[in-house]
Order: sequence, then C-alpha cells, then structure tokens
Amino acid sequence: MARIQSPEKLEEFRQEILSKRDPNTPCISICAGAGCLATGAREVIDAFTSEIEKQGLSATVDIKGTGCPGFCERGPVVVIFPSEICYLQVSPEDVPEIIDTTIKNKKVVERLVYTDPVTNEKSIKESDVPFYKYQQRNIICNNIKIDSRSIDDYLSIGGYSALSKALFKMSREEVLAEVKESNLRGRGGAGFPVWRKWDGTRNAKGDIKYVVVNADEGDPGAFMDRALLEGNPHSIIEGLIIGAYTIGSHEGYVYVRQEYPLAMENLGIAIKQAEEYGLLGKDILGSGFDFEIKVHRGAGAFVCGEETALLMSLEGLPGEPKPRPPYPAVKGLWNKPTNINNVETWANIPPIINKGGADFASLGTEGSKGTKIFSLVGKITNTGLVEVPMGITLSDIVYKIGGGILGGKKFKAVQTGGPSGGCIPEDQLDLKVGFDELTKAGSMMGSGGMIVMDEDTCMVDISRYFIDFLTNESCGKCVPCREGLRQMHKILTNITEGRGKEGDIELLEALAETAVEASLCALGKSAPNPFKSTLRYFREEYEAHIKEKRCPALSCKELISYYIDPEKCRACLICLKKCPSDAIDGAKKKIHIIDQEKCTNCGECLEACPAKFDAVKKISGKPVPPPIPEEQRTIVKKSKEK
Amino acid sequence: MSEMLLQIDGKEVRAKEGITVLQAAQSAGIYIPTLCHHEKLEPFGGCRICIVEAETNGFKRLVVSCVYPVENNLIIKTRSEKVDRIRKTLIELMMAHAPDSPELQKLAEVYNADRDRFDKDSSFCIHCGLCVRYCTEVVKKNAIGFIDRGINKEICFVPSVASKECNDCKQCFPLCPTSYLQAAFVLTESLAFPKDSSKPSSKE
Repeated sequence: MARIQSPEKLEEFRQEILSKRDPNTPCISICAGAGCLATGAREVIDAFTSEIEKQGLSATVDIKGTGCPGFCERGPVVVIFPSEICYLQVSPEDVPEIIDTTIKNKKVVERLVYTDPVTNEKSIKESDVPFYKYQQRNIICNNIKIDSRSIDDYLSIGGYSALSKALFKMSREEVLAEVKESNLRGRGGAGFPVWRKWDGTRNAKGDIKYVVVNADEGDPGAFMDRALLEGNPHSIIEGLIIGAYTIGSHEGYVYVRQEYPLAMENLGIAIKQAEEYGLLGKDILGSGFDFEIKVHRGAGAFVCGEETALLMSLEGLPGEPKPRPPYPAVKGLWNKPTNINNVETWANIPPIINKGGADFASLGTEGSKGTKIFSLVGKITNTGLVEVPMGITLSDIVYKIGGGILGGKKFKAVQTGGPSGGCIPEDQLDLKVGFDELTKAGSMMGSGGMIVMDEDTCMVDISRYFIDFLTNESCGKCVPCREGLRQMHKILTNITEGRGKEGDIELLEALAETAVEASLCALGKSAPNPFKSTLRYFREEYEAHIKEKRCPALSCKELISYYIDPEKCRACLICLKKCPSDAIDGAKKKIHIIDQEKCTNCGECLEACPAKFDAVKKISGKPVPPPIPEEQRTIVKKSKEK
Repeated sequence: MSEMLLQIDGKEVRAKEGITVLQAAQSAGIYIPTLCHHEKLEPFGGCRICIVEAETNGFKRLVVSCVYPVENNLIIKTRSEKVDRIRKTLIELMMAHAPDSPELQKLAEVYNADRDRFDKDSSFCIHCGLCVRYCTEVVKKNAIGFIDRGINKEICFVPSVASKECNDCKQCFPLCPTSYLQAAFVLTESLAFPKDSSKPSSKE
C-alpha cells in the first residue's frame, strides 16, 4: 500500500474502507485479550471460524479477535454486532448453537447472556449488563469494536483523524491549549497536569527531544495499560504522534514491560502498519513532520515504572532512579529534554483533539477530569477492567459495577493505587474517586489498581504483603527505602507471626517517616502508604496482634488455632480423612478432636466440615478449650421423639 | 552561569548556578554530614545523611543537599528537630549492618543514635558506592561493581579485571566507611582470581 500523502487522501481512504463494509453485516467479536485467551478464547475463535466456513457463511458474517472489553471475570466474552448481543463464558461447544440461533434466526441464546445473580434478570445487550451499564467507557469502548491487529478497523472508527486535525488544522500552541483546557492529568500515578509536562519539554533548550510511552505497568493486579496496548495500540501511537508534534520531537520510545508479549506483538504490528500507511516515519500525511517510534522491552523491574529509572533502563543502564531536579523535561533520555506519559494518558489524547478539551473536562471533579480505567480485582463478584467518570463514588464501583463482595461476605476495605497505595475503609465508601480525594484519604490514584478486601482479610497482613513486594522491588540505591523497608518488613512479619512487641508501632512510624521524607524516588516515598493507611483506619488490628496475639480477621496462620466444637461434631469422619497431617483423632460415632501439636493450621478441616454441622471453628487470641474427657466422646444416637 | 543568593543557617551564601546545596555550604565553611559523598565523584544521593530543610516562598520541605541544586532565595537549615530525627534513623539503619564503623559511631554520638535499635544484618556493606564509583569515575578500571538489586544488592569485584588491576591500586580501600571492601577483595582474590595472578605482587 502506498503511503497516504494528505489529510484528504486519508479521508478518501477511510470512506473506501467504510464503503466496503455493510453495518448490518453480522460481526462476531471475540475478546482476544490475555485474560480471555487464558480462559480459551483462541479455541472459541477457531470454532467460530470453522463453523462459519462449514456452514458457508464466510461471505455474510465477519469474525474478529478484538481487544479486552473488561469483563474478564466472565470470559471468553463474545459480542455480536450490530445487535450488540453479549455472550459470556462462551466455550467452543456453544458455537454451533450461537450460529444457528443468533446468526441465522436472529434469536438469543438465553443461557449465555448475563443473568443477575440476585434478581435473575437477563441482560441481552452488552450495554445493559450492570457491569457495563454504570461505566462511562470513552477509551476502552473501542476495544471490542476493532480487530486489534487491523489498522483499517481503527481507521473505520475514525482513527488518525485527530492526528490529521492536529497536523493540518491546528498549530502546536492550539493543540497544547486544548490539552490544557481538558485538564488531563497523568494516568500513571502522580497525576501531573499533562499540558504542563508537554510545555516544559517544548520550552526546554535542545534540538533533539524525545517522547516516551511508559508501559511498564508493574502494579500487582493492574492490567489496564495491557488491555489498551493489546486491544487498541493505534490509539496510543496516534496520541504519541500528536504529543511529539506539539513538543517538537521526532523520536519516540515505548517502554513495554517484559511480561506483556502479546502487547509487544500487537504494538509492533501496529507501528509497522502505521509506517506503511504514511502515518509514521518521514513526512507524515504530507505534513512535513517526521516521527518514528521504537519499542523497548523492559527487563522486569517494578521500579522502572518510575520515570527516571525508566530512562536509565532505556539507556541500557541499571534501572535506578535519578534525583530530580533536573526533571526529564529538561534533562532526560541521553540528557535531552524528554516527555514521558503513561499508556492511558496517551490514549486520551486523540479524543481530546477530536472532541475538544472542554468536552473532556465536562466529566469529573474539580481537580480530576475525564474518565479513568481501574482494574477491579480481589474479593469482588465482577473482576475486570472498568472505566468510570472521575467523581464516581467508591461505593458505586464496588457495588453497582463490581456486584458487591464474593460469597455474601462483608466489605472491609478497598486498596487503591497499587502496592504503595492505601486501604480505604467502609465508612469512606462515599468518597469520590479523584487524584486529590484519594490522596486526602491516605491512599492514592496510582495507575488505577483497585483491590477489594472482605472481612476475612487481615489488614496487618495486607500491609506486610505490600511492604514485602516493595522491599523486593526497591532498587537498593538509597538507605531509607532499601534498609527502611527491609526493617519494616521484618517488624510487620514479627507482628503477624505473634512476635510483636510494645513499641513496634512507633518504630514502624519512625521508619515510615524516614522513607517518606528521605527516599530518592516515588517508590520509597510512597512505600509506607500501605502501613500508614491501615494503621490510620485499623489501628485496633495492630494492637490486637501485638498485645493479645490475636488476629481479628482470623487470617494470620501463626495466631489462629482450629478447634472442633464437641457440641456440634457428628463424628462424620470427613475432616479426619481430609487432614493432611493426621492431626484429627476420632472414629465413627466418636467426637473428633484436633491434636494442636500436630495441626499445621492449613484449614482443610474447616473447608471439609459440612455446613449443616459447622463444627470446626477458628479461634485466635485465646487458648483452645481442653479436649473433652474420653468417656464423653461417644455419640449416642438420640431416640426419635414423637 | 549566573550567581545565586541563598541563606544557609542564617548566613548569606553566594553560589554559582548548577552547584549543589552541599557544595555551597562547604564553600561557606558550613558543615553538613556526608557518607556517600566524595568531591571527585558525581553526586550519588544514596545515604541521604546530608538531608537538610529547605524553604522557598514559605514552603518548607526536606531535600538531600548533595544532589539538590542551589536556587535563588533558598533558605536552608542544616539542622532541625526533624532533620536530626531522620539522620538518627538513617544512622541506626546503617548500623544494623556495620555497628562498628568508626564513621557511623562518630555520627551516632552526635545524633544520639542507638546502634541496636534495629535487627542486625550481618552484611557489612552500607552501599555508599564509593568504591564502585571511584573505580569507574576516577581510576576508570571498572574492577568493582554492584550486583543484584534492592536488599540483595552487593558490591562485587570483577575477578578478570580485579586480578590485573587491584593489587597495584587499592585506592578505594581507604574510602570504605566499613571494613567490608577489603574483606570482599580478599575473598574474591582467594576464590576467583586466576591462579598465576593471585600472588601479592603482580608486577608483570
């Protein structure tokens, strides 16, 4: 294909693509994101392809492997356009029925649509499913509409029109003004105003300037950037070119984390296609503007998400942060002015140019505009990616979109902002989601991780878990982070294992202060957040662990014991047989007793005990009642009363 | 390069643009404690002991003076209750590795640091990086480097280079604030030097 030489030619080409497509042709979109592929989407795609061929429908039905629409909990997800019928947890065996019923007879396969677990109400269309209904999907909505590997698909939904508009109808200053009006803040963590970063790099002295996409998404459980890179790589490329044009850069880098092979692949394909079409490279669309993109694969370090560490790594040096100032905008990659933004930030640029900054800013709170993608995970019914307007309450995300807590348990806290975010308790669920709002509550926006915890989660153990993660991910350059976190981790481990001492909380507070105030980069400065926020909202749990050696959530293994209530035990032998360490003594009609010396607290007996007996108990902070005398252990069957 | 005017501990100090707060203080004869700093080396900012209080337009925060560039009208306090408290914790954290380091002991006395506040960790290196950076930046031999990351980070001689260069140099030895560097060298020498070069005198 010849390179497209002008904006008019781009529009002509777009019309040509659209003219070949009939919007009424049924299109089966199957999520081919990493989540659905893991649950068998590849087999589903293959089944659809062969079934359609078999039935001779190839000419009249389209099939697409698309990006992730977000509802990973119920994958593989299949959406059939134009009717937008949404089928969940589809398996290859369902395929013939879908073709027969939906494609041929325009009817719905009822058993595959979303059924509300409470009301039993069925939602046929994707947008009617409660998980989607309460979202505002401005960015991720395109994922399911396009084949992630087809530039024509991206063009068919208006792709690269923002680039064409920026290059031909707007001056650099006008693009910047639009981004300024949108009040878009960086989606990677710190929430720095994007226009200011761009302006800083634009005005910095130097002929060579760089733009970088930070795709080193390292937060455990977070995968919004992956979904965008895999599902709609062109939107990121388009945003990056617009940024480069505004800043005056001719070379861009995408730093993708090692663990995202599919994202790397799709991104590579997209870059090649854009080059072939004249949307990248020399003289883009005949505008005279040159820009090229190189992809760099990270080597698996969390700290490389920090911008100065990322730049070091890009240069081939160890990924260690550098002190700021000087900021990368002035002295970045190879000491040249460099602008780094996160994947989601770049993906927000094309719609801002197309629809205007004011449109973007019409959503949100005072300080946080537009939408934000969160990865909703943990003890929540609907796991997945959710895109919501800034200003939505946490409660709406957890209950309306997330469908509440799994298994009817009680909500305890939601952890936002990744490992160095904080835990927000139930009485703050009305909190509006926004950069400043979350920071005020002792947490942060971060890049958009959201981990929901239920009543069985021990907050001290959660704090230990995240500090452990951060200790292992510290680059080791500065003392407050490397040594401070190491000591915090030791103390927290001691507390959760029953070796907590008076003064531990104060010691942790001193270490937290030192890390916050004296660390070199944001990793160390924010690392104590999991401790600080859990102490702020759940101090009584710390005290129970330290003073009473009691874990209120009955979760810390070293602080709990399993005990069989002799009043309830029916001597059914089930737990006895399940116990992997032969710690349960008993026989038929002989009440079971756990030998505390042998018990390893694995919890198998609790799981095994039939709900109708409910005899196995977890206890913490108090001694296990002594075993009942041998002579009372025989169960005498009660004579049937009349 | 223009000249900046700042205030350190109440004293007016003139400094060239681009130098650090630590350099400005030292040129004015004002003492700020340091561990990983060396005048011949690029600022590193690893030990954080030179942390000071900085004020601009009424906004106060802590900055690390060996890497923070001077600014006009910056007001620096080299000591405050908070600065001292943080330095104390930093010293204590390093003493968990090297409780008998004379340099740390001297600092501990000034800041009332308790060498036993934290659990000991018997690796004596405090990762100031003086040896590594001196070898790279001044001697330009790269005979020693950091390996691994985070809490597992260690200094490590590169046997193939060290066996040729170190016996006649050893310029890094006096820089080490603990006794670990020499121990690491002896260990590397005995374990990993090629046989013929491990003799004390290696004049070739």
